Formats: sequence, structure tokens, C-alpha cells
Amino acid sequence: MKIIEVTNLHKIYNSSEVKVHAVRGIDLSFEQGEFTAVVGPSGSGKTTFLNMMGGLDNPTEGKIFIDGINIGELKSSKLTDFRMKNIGFVFQAYNLIPVLTAKENVEFIMHLQGRSKNERNERAISLLEQVGLGDRINSRPNKLSGGQQQRVAVARALASKPKFILADEPTANLDSDSTANLLDIMENLNREENITFIFSTHDARVVKKARRVVTIEDGKVVSDLTK
Amino acid sequence: MLLSIAWKNLWRKKLRSLIVIIAVTLGLIGGILSAGIMAGASDQALQDALNDYVSEIQIHHPNYSDNYELRYFIDNSDEFNEFISNIEGVKSVTSRVKILGMANSPVNAVGSFINAVDPGTEKTVTNIYKRIADTSGTYFESERKNPIIISQRTAKKLNLKLNSKIVITFTENDSTYSGGAFRVCGIYKTHNSVYDEMNVFIRRSDLSKISSLPENISHETAIRVPVDEDMETVKNKILEKYPDLSILTWKESQGYLAMASEMMDKMIYIFLIIILLALGFGIVNTMLMVVLERIKETGMLMAVGMSKFRVFKMIMYETIFLSAVGGVVGMLISAGLLRNWGKNGINFPGMEEGFEQFGFATHIYPALEPDFYFTLSFLIILTGIIASIYPARKAVKMNPVEAIRTE
Repeated sequence: MKIIEVTNLHKIYNSSEVKVHAVRGIDLSFEQGEFTAVVGPSGSGKTTFLNMMGGLDNPTEGKIFIDGINIGELKSSKLTDFRMKNIGFVFQAYNLIPVLTAKENVEFIMHLQGRSKNERNERAISLLEQVGLGDRINSRPNKLSGGQQQRVAVARALASKPKFILADEPTANLDSDSTANLLDIMENLNREENITFIFSTHDARVVKKARRVVTIEDGKVVSDLTK
Repeated sequence: MLLSIAWKNLWRKKLRSLIVIIAVTLGLIGGILSAGIMAGASDQALQDALNDYVSEIQIHHPNYSDNYELRYFIDNSDEFNEFISNIEGVKSVTSRVKILGMANSPVNAVGSFINAVDPGTEKTVTNIYKRIADTSGTYFESERKNPIIISQRTAKKLNLKLNSKIVITFTENDSTYSGGAFRVCGIYKTHNSVYDEMNVFIRRSDLSKISSLPENISHETAIRVPVDEDMETVKNKILEKYPDLSILTWKESQGYLAMASEMMDKMIYIFLIIILLALGFGIVNTMLMVVLERIKETGMLMAVGMSKFRVFKMIMYETIFLSAVGGVVGMLISAGLLRNWGKNGINFPGMEEGFEQFGFATHIYPALEPDFYFTLSFLIILTGIIASIYPARKAVKMNPVEAIRTE
């Protein structure tokens, strides 16, 4: 089932001196349950592409349909709401809320969604157990390693039951063991629960795990390989 | 959960938050104590004036207050007082013959109102008898002939002591001089030096011996009405029967007192609003720093679906907490200090001369009404809300993509 369809996507940044054409006419679609890596050199436009798919940035031209909804037509407040309900984000720098515990960080999005306290509590604990942090639910981010923080971030991204998860270079700040561990967790979630993951990455280990690899150079898709 | 995050955020940088909280606390302690002293002094001055010489209602012949001419009196004073004392809400009533004359001693002479009073009823209306110190005589309890009570200031000006002889003179209606010799039986002192300089007291029975004024008249009737709300009702009832008399409540006759009391109430709030405004700028500055420090985090919150309204609320809650914590601590400390000072009073030694010019005592009992604290709490929260607007707007205007990229 197709969950994302991108047609003729362009992004031009107009700075005062130069015009930067970051994305130049991308046409792609993603199916439910994909485990896809978007790769390319720095400045190739992969993060911009992911940001636009995540509704964080507006395309200059082209359309993005998520579950048949053209997100470019949504007003800012509707788009925020749409993101909260449909898209999970994992950031390179984890970006957890430092004053909240691991469990509270995971609960937070469910709170924004208006879920009951019991549901939040149960789901947060279950997700943290899934990512192997059942014994650290009450730890604050500064008491967790980088790998553990990123696993909390994955649990947080899953908390809202999103249609897909966008992960922008999720392993960039992690050591080898943590990367392997995180990738195993995400791969398991993908295989067992059919959760769609789309990564932007430079990391060969991520590319190796991915079942589909989309390569972007100079804002264009130069290859799209499914293993 | 937003409230919980805002509260936890407050303590991320403990020292910085504590500095702001201490600033708010100290600012409010200063403001509340000053307000308490101002309110206490103002209320005390008003109560002293009402108890010592004004009373809630005063009645005169309509022309009397123009030039204090003796011919403008109220007739049948006893019957008049009887009527008034039967009105509901009236606690006590007294009448005076009040003559503008001279008080003379061998060394000096001063212009003065000679208040010819009935000591029995006068004591139920004014507290002048309480203003005579134990060592300064009595309130007409002396056996001696023609007793007079003068103020400490008059005594000083005329170089008089207890039992000194004093001659009072005044002009009768037919332009003839009258007067008599009196003995100082008591020396009083109120907190109003102007009043003290202008008033001496003799008995009505003694006045009749030296003046040709008719019996059973009065120039001034003073009425005590303990409940403020009854004042207008009592006045109207008297007006119904005596429409030609000048009947004034203290708010009308002593406009400056009413104005001073009202102005003091407003001044207290203006004073506090200025303090809160100054503190508000400090809070804005701190919250701006907070917003700038958390750009990345705010970007993440917006990216994962936190609405701008919720981001705004989160910053606003944190700002309110920042001002409210200082506010609560400041109010508690101030309330404790005011409670203690309210019981024991505070002395302002060496300021007697200046204070008494305006009717203020130098031993002040600071006091604030409970509703002052409610209004202040509202103002503190309002300060928090207003101070949050600029930093919160800065936060919600962020572009999540750019914010997340910030290092």
C-alpha cells in the first residue's frame, strides 16, 4: 500500500546573494512497511527532501501526498496536527526534553494527542521495553548514553502510532555498538510490526540494513535500488 | 503535562531562576511594606481625625462656616440632639458653641476657636480627653473655677503650664468684646498640629457666664455613626426634618481627608505596579535568554506536533511560575512582618514636626486589607502573562527546520 507519493518536487532557497536549488524534480513513492535509506553526499538535498516529506518545509514546486492527502494544501496549524498524528521523527541529536524522564519523553506526544493517562503510561513503558530500556524508564536524558537516548527517541517517534518514521541521520552521533543495536531495534520493529522507516544517512551500516536505497545527488534521484 | 514541564524548566538553571525570584521577592517586600506603612498611616490619620475632632457628621447653620459669626447658630440644641440620638445608626451626639476668639497670656496671644462643650456628651463623641497625658491634667475634672483645656502647642506659644491663668476674648454679635479668665486644667496633644494650634475647650456652663449668647444653642453638632453605610441614611433623616441646615458627612466637610485616603489607595497600587513593571522587564530578559537557549528543543517540539499555541502556553506558564514563586514568598514574608508591626507599630523618631503638620502620627501601625493581597496576586500573575508575551512570540515565530539545525 502506497503511503507517500512525491511528484515533481522542487525546493529553491532564495538567499540574498544566491539561489540554491536544493531539490530538483524528485518523483518517488513509498509503500507501507518499507525500510529505506536515502543516501547522498553532504548538500545533495536529502535532508531537505526528508523535511518536505515530514511537512517541516514547504516545497517550491511539486506535491506530496501522504495517505492521499496533499500536505502542501494544509494550513500551518492543520499541518502541525497532521505531523503529530501521522509522522514520527528521529533526529540526529536525539532532541529529548532534558527535564523529563525517558518515560515522560515518550508520553509527551501522546499527551499532545489527548490520550488518557493510563494509556500513555502503559504504551510508554511497553515502547521503552521494546527498545530495550525497560529498566531506564525513570532516567533523565543526561543519565543515558547517546545510544540509549536515540532509542528513547525511537520510542517517542513510535508513541503517536505514526504512518511512517523519518529519521535524519539517526546514527551519526553513535558508536558502532550503539549503531548496531539501534539498527537491530528498528529493523525488528519494521519486520515485526510493519512500521515504515525512511532514513537519510551517510552511514554504510544503515545502507547495508536498508532494503531500499534511494541515492540523491544535486537534488535529483540518481538511483533507486530495492534489494 | 505542560504545567509540569514549565515547572521543571524553571529549575533547569537554578541560580538564574533564584536570582529573578529573589529580585521579585525583595521588590515585593519593599513594595508591600511601603504600601502597608502608607495605608496604615493614612487610615490612622483618618481615624484620628474622625475620633479627635471631625466625627462622621457635622451640622452647622448654613452661613456659619463662611465667617464663623456667632449669630448663625442652631436653636433648641437639646431638642435637636434628642431627635438625632434617636435615629438608628447614631452612636452619640454632642453640640458645641464654637467661637472664633483670642487666647491671651501675659506673654503672647493666639487666635483660637473657643469650643464651649458639654464634657459628658463630648467624651462620647471625641477623644480629646484621651489626648491629655497623665501628667498634663484632666478633662474638666478639676474643682477649680473656669477650667480650660489647651493644646501643648498653645501652651508653648503662650508660655503656660497647668493651673496657669489664661484670658479668652471674643466679639459678641453687637460688636462688643466679651471675655473671661480661665485656669489651664488640661493640656492635650493630637497628631494634628494645625488643629492643636487652633482649638481650646471650655465648659458651656462657663461660657454662659461671660457671654450674652442665648441658652440652648449650638454652632456645631457632631455625630458619631460607626457604620460607614449608615452615614448617608442618618444625614438624609436629619435633612428631612431640618432641610435648612448644613449637614455634611466627613467626606464632604473634610474633602482633603477623603481625597487623601482615596489617593493613598491609588498611590499604593501605582507604586506596586511600577515595582512590578520594573521586575517585569527583568523577567522578560530572563525568559528571552531561556527561549534563545532552547531554540533546538522548541524546534523539535514544534516538529513533532506541538502547536504554536501550546508552545506559547508553555513559555507563559514558566514566566508566571517565575513571578509567582517570588510573589508568594514576598507576600508571605511581608504579611508576617506587617502582622508583627501591625501589633507593635513602628516609630519614626525625629519626624514629629513634619508628620503632624499633615495629621500623621509618628508611631504608625502598618495595615493592609486582605483583598489587597488578592489584587496583588492578580497583578503578579498579570505581570507574568505580560512578561511572557514577547519571549513566547519569539519562540512561536521559530521555523522548526531552522531551529532544529541550530547548534
